[in-house]
Amino acid sequence: MTKATNIVVAGLGGQGVLKGTDILADVALRAGYDVKKSEIKGMSQRGGSVTGDVRFGKHVFSPMVPAGEADFLLVLEPTQVEPHRYMLRPTGVLITPDAVPADQLPNKKTLNVALLGALSAHLPMAEAQWLDALRAGFAETFFDGNRKAFLIGRHGQKAQARTKKEEVPDRGQTV
Amino acid sequence: MNEPNRLLLSGDEAIALAARHAGVALGAGYPGTPSTEILEHFSELGGHAQWSPNEKVALEVTIGAAFGGARALCTMKHVGLNVASDPLFTVAYTGVSGALIVVSADDPGMASSQNEQDNRRYAVAAGVPMLEPSDSQEAYDFMFSAIEISERWKIPVLFRVTTRVCHSYTVVRPRAANGAPRPPSFERDIRGRVMIPAYARPAHRRLRQKLAELQEWNETSPLNHIVEGGAALGIITSGISFMHVREAAPEARVLKLGFTHPLSMKKIAQFVKGVARCVVIEEGDPYLVEAIRAAGIPVEGKADMYRFGELDVPRVRRILNNDLTPEPAKPPGKPPQLCDACQYHIVFEALRKHDCIVAGDIGCYTLGVLQPFEAIDSCVCMGASLGVGLGLRHVLPPDQARRVVSVIGDSTFIHSGISGLVEMVYNPPPNGHVLIILDNSTTAMTGHQEHPGTGRTLDHEPTGKVVLEDLARSLGIRRVHVVEPRLGTGEFDRLLADCLESNELAVIIARRPCILIAKQLKQYEEARCECDAATTVSASAP
Repeated sequence: MTKATNIVVAGLGGQGVLKGTDILADVALRAGYDVKKSEIKGMSQRGGSVTGDVRFGKHVFSPMVPAGEADFLLVLEPTQVEPHRYMLRPTGVLITPDAVPADQLPNKKTLNVALLGALSAHLPMAEAQWLDALRAGFAETFFDGNRKAFLIGRHGQKAQARTKKEEVPDRGQTV
Repeated sequence: MNEPNRLLLSGDEAIALAARHAGVALGAGYPGTPSTEILEHFSELGGHAQWSPNEKVALEVTIGAAFGGARALCTMKHVGLNVASDPLFTVAYTGVSGALIVVSADDPGMASSQNEQDNRRYAVAAGVPMLEPSDSQEAYDFMFSAIEISERWKIPVLFRVTTRVCHSYTVVRPRAANGAPRPPSFERDIRGRVMIPAYARPAHRRLRQKLAELQEWNETSPLNHIVEGGAALGIITSGISFMHVREAAPEARVLKLGFTHPLSMKKIAQFVKGVARCVVIEEGDPYLVEAIRAAGIPVEGKADMYRFGELDVPRVRRILNNDLTPEPAKPPGKPPQLCDACQYHIVFEALRKHDCIVAGDIGCYTLGVLQPFEAIDSCVCMGASLGVGLGLRHVLPPDQARRVVSVIGDSTFIHSGISGLVEMVYNPPPNGHVLIILDNSTTAMTGHQEHPGTGRTLDHEPTGKVVLEDLARSLGIRRVHVVEPRLGTGEFDRLLADCLESNELAVIIARRPCILIAKQLKQYEEARCECDAATTVSASAP
């Protein structure tokens, strides 16, 4: 059994966390993987912390990423990094808003899509599949802006370190 | 590789899709996380779905539909089944002519609920068969099975799901729609449906006979299956726990139960005999483990510490390892709060200023309990603000009693606050009472659903409207005020002070639409105006 890829997306209510996991799950589905997506709604609608888990691979069982087993932690709001760091595996990749140049984005609302672009550089799905999922996931009028934001995240600033490899030597410290 | 008919659906969406494919004629319910999206999606798919004022009415409406021979779906969150339990227990006796599926969406871990009760207990208490899917594909498939069982045994079926089944998206391959349901038609069955004692006594015996037959049928039902594995470790599980088990213990042999009341005890006994160690992995109450042990079958359960909250892969590993060490606490996230521009800020500021003792209720406004207001003193269940406030008024010394206020939202008031208002008129405390209805013209907390006070149906079409102030006045309450809380006017504050000092019964309706749906509300109103105008023209045409 091939291990599933585990991704956790975190942020605050209204930032598009769940929209981000929608796109991520859809692109994995389009690429033919088994995929599961888990989210907690309800009180999160009032500006509280929101997280969504996406797992894809040959076969996925639990819809929830186990603590300490996330391959990628994508965080939309800097204050939400520490509360969710315990989800990352020791060699996991943390992607924060620093990964994309905020001043180059079409608008603030596209941060979630730009960070998906940064994440996409680490994942096996083809660029066309990502763009298909973006086109399907939003109203057509938003596609150009989202496409631009996604490509900035995916290709922009190639020379610089776009993501930080995070070492979490002692997971016990983060509990 | 990607098949065109692979869909990524939430459990809620899968239930709705199956209901549509199976020809469910009517879906009714009351919004409640995590069940709300079932009826919304059913409606989007073209199904006949409606919000009822509360879960009891919803169940009664669907009982009527099933008495009429139709396939009916009733949805609610776990605490909603408490409200609907009265009809549930007796419709188990009467049975149904069509199909009746009652979805109970439980919330272990309380992502958005006031308790984590385990509604599997209701299947036993009421005596109804229960199915528990573990992902969206099973949610879809089991709906067809539930309808078949309901129609074959003429019995309501409890369809028990949990937050992680409802709100997780997993791949579904829909099947071709099966045979169309027969058209609804009334057939008189007085002895079967009129539960006077003389007819209810034989009805109870019929119910037990049906359950005995169902238990026998369940022994070979395809709803339970075995995942082969080594004989060293056997695991009996159901629902979402099955998924955690497969990941935590891929080497184990697993008996996965989909039909969990009445239990297939022969199959369970045989499974246990074939493994060296057998552990029951279940979320919440020790429902399976107690039933299996009561049947004389030796199995291990989980330690009491795992009864709290939901299970996940790490917790299942700990249960299997008999690990009783304290679990790592999750770092706190940012808690939710009232929206910055919410009109309720003004209400809670006034309540604080007057040092009110506030009997609160269920909804967005429960967030008034948090910083900076900390202006709610109790929250028990839907509608409880009225009764709790009145009880406090009756027993507290006058200086405290005069400061007691009940606070309830518009949808919650319609749900079960109306009978509390009747109680207020019937048994008024000596110093009167003050009820504040926070009317934001929607069921905000669950994602902005309509209710009878908005005058719009589930799919936002105009319909009859319950006018809260007219209702209160019709009950004989003289002080009924409608006020729009606005910053800087002090109007709400003065009104509250007047009512508190009056020693009379008072109802203050603080009315202003939720800011999150102001735009949609305007569109609905415009649509209604156009509709009215069109009607007027056609009515006046010769």
